[in-house]
Amino acid sequence: MTTVPQSEVAPSLRVHRRTKIRGSAGDRAALIFRFAVLTAWAAYFILPLYWLLLAATKSAGTLSSSPAFAIASPQLFTNLGSLFGYENGLFFRWALNSVLYSVCGAAVGTLIAAMAGYYLAMYRFRGREALFSIVLGGVLVPSTALALPLFLLFSQVHLTNTFWGVFLASIVNPFGFYLARLSAEAAVPYELLEAARVDGAGDFRVFFSIASRLMIPGIITIFLTQFVGIWNNFLLPVVMLQNQNLYPITLGLYAWNSQQYAGQTPLQTIVITGSLVSVVPLIIAFIFLQRFWRSGLGTGGIKA
Amino acid sequence: MGRRAWRARPLLVRLGFLGPFFVPFLLFFVVPIVYALYESTLKVVRTGGVFGTTSTQFAGFQQYAAVLGDTSFTSGILRVIVFALIQVPLMTVIAVLLALLIAAIPRRAGNVYRALFFLPYAVPGVIASIMWSTLYQPQTSPLNEIGINLPLLGALVLPSIANIGIWGWAGFNMILMSTALTSIPEELFEAARIDGASNLRIAMSIKLPLIRPTVIMSAIFSVIGTLQLFTEPTILRAASSVITSTFTPNMLAYNNAVSGNYSYAAAVSVTLAAATFVMSFAVLSIARRAGRS
Repeated sequence: MTTVPQSEVAPSLRVHRRTKIRGSAGDRAALIFRFAVLTAWAAYFILPLYWLLLAATKSAGTLSSSPAFAIASPQLFTNLGSLFGYENGLFFRWALNSVLYSVCGAAVGTLIAAMAGYYLAMYRFRGREALFSIVLGGVLVPSTALALPLFLLFSQVHLTNTFWGVFLASIVNPFGFYLARLSAEAAVPYELLEAARVDGAGDFRVFFSIASRLMIPGIITIFLTQFVGIWNNFLLPVVMLQNQNLYPITLGLYAWNSQQYAGQTPLQTIVITGSLVSVVPLIIAFIFLQRFWRSGLGTGGIKA
Repeated sequence: MGRRAWRARPLLVRLGFLGPFFVPFLLFFVVPIVYALYESTLKVVRTGGVFGTTSTQFAGFQQYAAVLGDTSFTSGILRVIVFALIQVPLMTVIAVLLALLIAAIPRRAGNVYRALFFLPYAVPGVIASIMWSTLYQPQTSPLNEIGINLPLLGALVLPSIANIGIWGWAGFNMILMSTALTSIPEELFEAARIDGASNLRIAMSIKLPLIRPTVIMSAIFSVIGTLQLFTEPTILRAASSVITSTFTPNMLAYNNAVSGNYSYAAAVSVTLAAATFVMSFAVLSIARRAGRS
């Protein structure tokens, strides 16, 4: 592994680009064209979210009567009040459930994936490559394909319709394991561990106090991908849960959305406001943790 | 790679590191798949009329025969294949195009666009579907305001669903392509540029072939995802009369599972998984053949 870190390459690239771009008039026209196309696509990706923000401030009446992209008698706080007040604060409970499923599931899932991936990267033992291939095969199995088999199995051991049914089904993350192995190979120098070993540190001590810290960027990426995966999951909770007190936000809003179309129109503003509330934390996290996405998904993308 | 690895450690250490991952992997990943295979070979037999007792029997491939003869399954699978044919090429082209354009503008501006395009990935499929279904409704659609009336929840429902998928995933795939592009050494196209090759020419004949493995991988993952289609049509069903409860194979399997037909649901799931495997293999070999010519 003798790849040069991105940051060392970047300055020279930047110089190349600058000189390249300040070229002829034809080059400038081409650059303007690229910006125009990119901006049009940015509008496609962002405008629906902007619409959601505006729609969450409207009453049921103004939602259909006012232009979609106009601010019309905003009443965000009224809407938030009715969202959190509806059915004795059920939405708050769903939000809490979503946080519990995602934070606990991703924390446990990341820890076990990091330990196993690290062990596979650093130690030699019989069956190592076989284990790796099996898990890599698991990366190709989409979570939706697993939800029904998990339901069939869990219904035999009475785990359906419980917190544990969703939690246990969420912790295994083959892609996380794969990233953990790559991350350990790239970030943990063998010599450092050798030195720690000579000093008499045990295997677990070496992992928890040295190696895991070196793997932090990879570990954060694993946590984030798994967190988003669990937060966004729909098929698993929908097959596992009947008790609405156990619902995550996605399932709860789905239920309210269906009731809304079944005739309970006042629910429309509640569903739209709830949709906004449920995406805001994730969007904020995405903006602040961007670099982990870029680097982490990159390793997965190039090596796979 | 020539990397030295530590010798194997005592069994207890090995189990301590590997056990916490591989035991749940076995229990919640491998066993469910095996169990679904087993369940799909069973059938429930009722003896003594409607109020009689039920017993479970081995049925071999009977459930699979029933699945393949079920028109709601065959039309569902055709539907998701058509859906994949709409969505995957379109999304892959968009992702490649955006990644190439971003690579050709100053780095800082490129990062801003990358972040903007990636943002919809943060929106859960359920929320994206609720949002778009409201945008598709004639009463609340901005398209209707400017006088365009399309049957977005009627005849055009498949493209409407594809749009939700593209909106949510194009940015994610663009990031994959984008990272692959930045890993190409600059010297490679610097030489071509000196020889007088245009930007378009460089993009088509140097950059694109070099990121081909990433493009293929992204297409395969997209095919797998689209055949599993469940969330979007399930949400849109509330607003659209053309989406039935067995619109996609996964919806059919879900419906059977909640109504207690476990064996049939298992057989549908396994058949879908097999079809998914065949389709991703087809994408891979088409891509390989296209690469050779």
